Amino acid sequence: MPISQSTRDELQELVARYPRPRSALMPMLHLVQSLEGEVTPEGIALCAEMAGVSSAEATAVASFYTMYKRRPVGKHHIGVCVNTLCGLLGGDAVYDALSERLGVGHDQPTADGEFWLERIECQAACTHAPVMTVDWEFMDDVTPTSAVDVVDRLQRGETVFSTRGPVIRDFRATEKSLAFPEDGLAAEGTPVDDKMLVGLRLAKELGMSAPAVATGQEG
Amino acid sequence: MPLTPVITEHWDDPELFTLAGYRRHGGYSALSSALGQEPDAIIATVKDSGLRGRGGAGFPTGLKWSFVPQNDGKAHYLVVNADESEPGACKDIPIMIANPHALVEGVIITSYAIRANHAFIYIRGEVPEAIRRVAHAVREAREAGLIGRDIQGSGFDLEIVVHSGAGAYICGEETALLDSLEGFRGQPRLKPPFPAVAGLYSSPTVINNVETICNIPYIVGRGVDWFRQFGTEKSPGFKVFAVSGHVNRPGIYEAPLGITMRELLEYAGGMIDGRDVKFWLPGGSSVPMLTAEHLDVPMTYEAMAEAGTMLGTGTPMIFNDTVSVVKAVTRWLEFYKHESCGKCTPCREGTYFITETLERFEHGHGTDREMETLADLCGQIAGRSFCALGDAAATPYPAAMKYFRDEFVAATTTPVDEQYDPAASYVFTGAAAR
Amino acid sequence: MTVTSNSGPGSDVEMATDQISVVIDGVEMRVPKGTLVIRAAEQLGIEVPRFCDHPLLDPVAACRACLIEVEGMPKPQPACAQVLSEGMTVKTQYASEVARLAQEGVMEFLLLNHPLDCPVCDKGGECPLQNQAMSVGRPESRFDGEKREFEKPVNVSAQILLDRERCVSCARCTRFAEQIAGDPSLELLQRGAKQMVGTADDSPFESYYSGNTVQICPVGALTSASYRFRSRPFDLVSVPTTCEHCASGCSLRTDYRRGVVTRRLAWDDPDVNEEWNCDKGRFAFAYQTHGRIESPLVRENGQLRVASWPEAISVAAQGLRAARGSAGVLVGGRLTVEDAYAYARFTRTVLASDDIDFRVRETSAEETQFLSAVVAGSPVSATYDALESAPFVLLIALDPEDESPILQLRLRKAARRGTDVRSVGAVASPGLAKVNGSLIAAKPGDEASVLRGLSGDVRALLATPGSVILVGERAAGSAGALSAAAELSRATGASLAWVPRRAGERGALDAGALSGLLPGGRPIEDPAARVQVAAAWGVTPSDLPATSGRSGVELLQAAQDGTLRALLVAGVEPGDFPDAELALAALDAAPFVVSLESHHSAVTERADVVLPVAVVTEKAGTFLNWEGRPRPFAQVFRDALTMGDARVLAMIAEELGFTQQADVRAIRAEMGALGPWTGARLEAPAVPAGRVPDGVVLASWRQLLDSGLMQDGEPHLAATARPTVAVMSAQAAAAVGDTVTVSGPAGSVTLPVEPGEVIDGVVWLPMNSPGCHIHADLGVVPGSAVRLSAGGAS
Repeated sequence: MPISQSTRDELQELVARYPRPRSALMPMLHLVQSLEGEVTPEGIALCAEMAGVSSAEATAVASFYTMYKRRPVGKHHIGVCVNTLCGLLGGDAVYDALSERLGVGHDQPTADGEFWLERIECQAACTHAPVMTVDWEFMDDVTPTSAVDVVDRLQRGETVFSTRGPVIRDFRATEKSLAFPEDGLAAEGTPVDDKMLVGLRLAKELGMSAPAVATGQEG
Repeated sequence: MPLTPVITEHWDDPELFTLAGYRRHGGYSALSSALGQEPDAIIATVKDSGLRGRGGAGFPTGLKWSFVPQNDGKAHYLVVNADESEPGACKDIPIMIANPHALVEGVIITSYAIRANHAFIYIRGEVPEAIRRVAHAVREAREAGLIGRDIQGSGFDLEIVVHSGAGAYICGEETALLDSLEGFRGQPRLKPPFPAVAGLYSSPTVINNVETICNIPYIVGRGVDWFRQFGTEKSPGFKVFAVSGHVNRPGIYEAPLGITMRELLEYAGGMIDGRDVKFWLPGGSSVPMLTAEHLDVPMTYEAMAEAGTMLGTGTPMIFNDTVSVVKAVTRWLEFYKHESCGKCTPCREGTYFITETLERFEHGHGTDREMETLADLCGQIAGRSFCALGDAAATPYPAAMKYFRDEFVAATTTPVDEQYDPAASYVFTGAAAR
Repeated sequence: MTVTSNSGPGSDVEMATDQISVVIDGVEMRVPKGTLVIRAAEQLGIEVPRFCDHPLLDPVAACRACLIEVEGMPKPQPACAQVLSEGMTVKTQYASEVARLAQEGVMEFLLLNHPLDCPVCDKGGECPLQNQAMSVGRPESRFDGEKREFEKPVNVSAQILLDRERCVSCARCTRFAEQIAGDPSLELLQRGAKQMVGTADDSPFESYYSGNTVQICPVGALTSASYRFRSRPFDLVSVPTTCEHCASGCSLRTDYRRGVVTRRLAWDDPDVNEEWNCDKGRFAFAYQTHGRIESPLVRENGQLRVASWPEAISVAAQGLRAARGSAGVLVGGRLTVEDAYAYARFTRTVLASDDIDFRVRETSAEETQFLSAVVAGSPVSATYDALESAPFVLLIALDPEDESPILQLRLRKAARRGTDVRSVGAVASPGLAKVNGSLIAAKPGDEASVLRGLSGDVRALLATPGSVILVGERAAGSAGALSAAAELSRATGASLAWVPRRAGERGALDAGALSGLLPGGRPIEDPAARVQVAAAWGVTPSDLPATSGRSGVELLQAAQDGTLRALLVAGVEPGDFPDAELALAALDAAPFVVSLESHHSAVTERADVVLPVAVVTEKAGTFLNWEGRPRPFAQVFRDALTMGDARVLAMIAEELGFTQQADVRAIRAEMGALGPWTGARLEAPAVPAGRVPDGVVLASWRQLLDSGLMQDGEPHLAATARPTVAVMSAQAAAAVGDTVTVSGPAGSVTLPVEPGEVIDGVVWLPMNSPGCHIHADLGVVPGSAVRLSAGGAS
C-alpha cells in the first residue's frame, strides 16, 4: 500500500486529537481500513509508527476488536444480528437467506468482492428486531425477503437508504466516517423512526406528559 | 403510572438533533445556569437528586463524582460510556441519534462540575449513525462557543472528543473502556486504583453512561424536587425504557422508575397474537430472567433486587411461549464466549466450557450430570472472574434453571428445534419468511 | 516455581519499615505495609498456586489460580494482587473451603484446553501446571468436548518456539517483554478463548532477553530451538555457575546430562541479575565443546605435534627459562580471578618481569593510570541496587544493552521508577530509549571536552546524593575521557564505576594481571606493597620487578621488533586487537611462544608449545563483575581431565624450581590473606582531550550477538542477532540512500543504511559483526575518520 501524504496528514490529525498519540490507534486503524477495506500489515505498521508503539502492540490491538478485518471485506459489509432476541425473532432465518443468496458463511467475503457476510452481536436496536446492518448502517425490521432484496438492489447499483440513517455508500466510506465522523450526513434520512417515537406519540395521544415543574410548585 | 417523556419529549421534532432545534425546546439553558454556580454546588445537586447510573449498575452518580479529588492540580477527565452493547439494551443509541445535544449539554455541565477540561464520548463503532450525530452536535456546540475556551465567559475550558470503538462488548466495562481509549486492548484493569483516582492517563476520571449524563441538564435546570417527583426514594427519576421482543409495539417508552412491566407491556400493545409471556429480562442479558408472575414488580433498582434480578439497563426483552429457554440461554452464552476478553481464566475458559455443553443440550444431547456440571461451572465463574462480564455469563443458566428446569431435562433427549418450531417465534410470517 | 521474598512490585513499597499485623491460616505475623498476600504466605511456607504471578512483574491477577479468602470480603480475592492491611485475616486453600474450591475450579478451567502431551513436553517434570494440577486440581476432567487447536510450533523468533495450545494466557512472557526487557514485540493477540501469544505479522520477537520467557513460562508453551526435545528435566544434573560472557556477573544454573551441557538458566540472585539473563549467557555454550584442543602440542621441524604433558611442560619451561626477564605475558579478558592471579604471580616471579596485560582491545596509558588509581582493588561502591535508587545515572562510552545486558535491565528498572539516565555519546541507541535515556551529544573522541563542559544542570544532577557515573571500556580509546570522568566524580561526589565488557577484566585487574599493579591494586613501585606481596609469595621484595612493565601493545611491538624473547599467551584472539596484523606479526616474530588455550586459534597456530586448558565448566573459579563483586562458581564436570590455567602454570613453575598454588581454593586463600591495597594510590590521570578528526567520524561498539568466537555453534542464537547496518542521522541517510560504503585505511564495507538518532558527522557501525569487522575490514577504531559513499561504489 503506497501511503500518500494526505493519509499521513489525516493520521497526524487523529494523533493531534488526543492528549497522547497512542489513544489515536483505534481511529487510525479505522482510517487505514478505509483505504483498502482491510487492515494490512503495512497499515498496522504505519499506525504503530504514528502511535509510537511496536507493530506487535498495534497488531495486538487490531486483532482484539472484531470490526478490524485482516482480509478484504469487499464493497459492502452485511451484518445480521443473531444474538438471542434478534436471532430468535427471525434473524436466524434472515442470516440463512443471506448466506444462501451470497453463497458464503460467517465472516466470509463473496468471490466477486461485493459483499462480506457476518453474524454480528447485539446492535443496540432490539426494538427493531430482526436487525441487519449494511456497512454498519441500520437496516431495521428485516425479513428474509427484504434482506435479500437489499442485497439485490445493492448488487444492481441501486440507491438504498438505511432505515435510520443516510444512503448506503460502501464499507470503506463508513470506516472513514468512524475515523472522521463529521461526514456531512447527519441530516440525511430519517434517523428517528416510528419505533423511537412510539412512546412519545402514545403519551401525547393519551394526554400524558412529565410535569414541567416540581409538584407543589405549580401555579 | 403515566408515560413521562423528558429526554424523549421533543424527539418528534426532526430538527431536534441540531443546535437550533435543541435550543428551540429550551436546550442549553441549564448550562447557563450551571456555569453560574460553583462546581461543588452542582455535585451537591446531583447527589441530592439521588440519580443512579443508567448503565446497569445503578451506582449513585453524585457520589461517583464526589470521589474525584478536587483542586489536586491534576488533569481530570470525563468519559461517557456510549458503548451500549449489552444484549437487549437499545436506549443510549436512540438517545444519541435523536437528541445528541442533550448528551453534549450534560457533558459540558458534568465536566464543569468535576473540573474536567477534556471529555471523551466513547461510542461503539458499529453505529456510525449515532457517532456522526453526536460528532455533528459537538461541532455545532463548538462553533457556538459552548465548547472550547472560556465557555460563555465563565473561564471554563472544555474539549470534547468523539471516539469510535471497534467491536468489543467488554469496553462497556469502565476500566476496559479506559484501556481501549488509551489505545490498548480493551481488557479490564486491576482495581484499586479506581478511575476516580487514577483513570484515563492515570488521572482522576469520571465514567458515566449516556442516559445518566442526559439526565444532568434536566436535574440542574429543573431542580432536585422536580426530579424526585418521579420514581421512588431509592430510585428517583424517569427512565428511557426500550421494550423489545414479542410485543405488538416495541419501542421507546419514557416513564418514571417504578412503573411495572405489566404497564409497559400494555403501552406496548400487549403480546403479539395475545400469546403468553414466557420469560422476560428487565435490563439486558446479564440480569436474571423473570416470568409472567413478576409482571407487577415495580421497575426500580430495589424492587428488582428483591425479585432476584436487577433493573440493569432498563430495557426489557419479552419472550413468548414459542421460545425455547435452552436456545435463548445458549445463544447468550455464545455471546459471552465471543466477547470474553481472554484476560482471566474463569471467564475465558468457563464460557468456552459452558457454551460447548449448552450446545449439546440444544441438540438434545445433554445429560443429567451435565446439568449439575453447568451449575457448578457457573459457580466457578461467578465472583471469581476478573470483572463483571464473567459474572454476567454465569447468570442466564442458573436463572433459567430456577424457572424452566424441565426444558433442560427435555433437552437431554430431544433437540430444542424439534420441541419448539423456530419459525413460530419469528415476528414476520408467510411470504416475508419465504 | 518462583518463590522469593525479594522485592516484588507490591512488596517493595518505600516505607517498608511500617509493619502491620496480619493472620494467615491462623498464624499471626508482622509484615511490611503493602505486602501482597502471596508473598506473606510464602514467608510462612504456604504455597498458594499461581501462574500469572511473578515477583518481578507487575501483578495482573489474571489467571485467578491464587484465589484465597479474606475475612470480611464477599468474594475470594487473588493473593497475587491483594495487599495486606492491618488486622487482615486471610485463609488459603489449607484453611478455607471457599479458597480450595475456587482454586480447584480455576485449575479445571486451565486444564480444559490444555493438551495431555506431558510425556513429550519439555516442561514435563518441572511444570508448574503439572505440579499444581496434582496439588490443587480435580482428579478427573469433566470436559469431553473439543480442545482448541493451533498450528504448532510457531517460531516467534529463530530461537523461541511457541506451542499455543499449551498456553494458559498468564501473560508472563508478554509482560516480561514489555516491562523488563522493554521489547514489546511479543503480545497477546485476538481475545477470549482465541487469545494467543504472538508477534506482528512481519517482525519476530526481537529481544536480547528472549530466553527468559521460556524460563518463566509456567507451562511448555515457550521452548527454545536449542533445548527443545533434548532431555527430560529429571535426567539433568544442575550446578550453580556464573556466566563467562560479560562483566554483568549473572548467576546461572548449568544443567548437564552424561557429560554434556544441555542448557543454562538464569539463577536467582537478587543482588545481581535478579532472575534474568541475556540470550548470549543462556544459549552460547556450544563453543565449550567445539574445536577444543585435545592434548598438548609442541612444535617440531616447524610443525605442531602431539606431545605428552611432561614433555610439553618441559619444553615450555626451557623456552621460558631462556627468556627470563625478557618475556611478555598476554592474557585475554576472560580468565577467572584465580587464573589471572596465577599469571600475575608467574610473571613477577618465574619470569622476573612486570610485562603483563589482560587487555585485548583498544587501550591507553591513560586507562592504565585510571584503572590503577580508581578501579583496581577498590571496594564495591556503585552496585546494581545503588542504580535502582539512583536519581541520576550518566553513561560514558557505554551502551549497556549491548555491552552489559543485565546492567541494562537494572537501569531500565530504575528508569521505570524515575531514574534519569543520560548518555554521553554520539548515538541514541535502542537500548538508551528503553531506559528513557537521552543523549548528551559527543562525537567519538570528543567525550572529554563534552564532560568538561557539562552544563550546570547536569553537574547539579550528578551532585544529587546517590548519582552514578558509569564509564565503559571504550573510553580508553578517547583521550581524556577517563580523566574527565574521574574529575567529574571527584567534583560532584557521584560514584564512578568502570564497566568492562569481558567477564575477566575486572578480576584480572584486581589480581594483578596488568603491568604496574600487583594483586589487590598494589602499585608495584610502592615499597609497602612490595613487602606485602613478596611475603605472600615467599620471595624477597627485591626479587620483584622494580618498575612498571609494558602494556600489551608495547609488548607486541617489542616482539615484532625482536626485542622480546618470549610470549606467554592465554585466552587471546589476535583479531580483537585493533591492530590485528601487529599481533600476528608479533607472534610470528617472537622467538618462543607458549600458548595456554582451550581452542585452536591463530595463537596456537603460531605457538611453540600449546597447553590445553579448561573452559569454565571444567574448573572452579571466580569472576569479578563490574561492581567488583566476586562471582564464584563451581566446577560443573567434576571428573573433567582438563586442567585450569593456574594448575598448568604451577607445573611449569615447578619445572623451573618455583612453587605456586595450583588449586583454586589455595589461591583464594592466598589472595584473601593478601587482601586489597589500603595504601596510597596513584593519582588519577589528567589527560587533555584529543582532537576529533575532520569529516565523518566512526562510532562503534560490539553488539551483544556478533562474530564473537564464544557464540560459535549456535545458529539459532546467531539468527536472532541484530542485522549488520550502518546507522546515521535521517538526513545523512537520505543523502546516501539505502546502502552505504564506509571506507577506512584498510578497506571498506558496504552495508544497508538505517536512519537513527545519530549526531551529525557520525556513522555507527557494529565493531565485530558478520559483514563488518572494523579493525580488520576498515583498519579503524571508534573516533577514526571514515569516508562514506552512496550505494555499493567505493
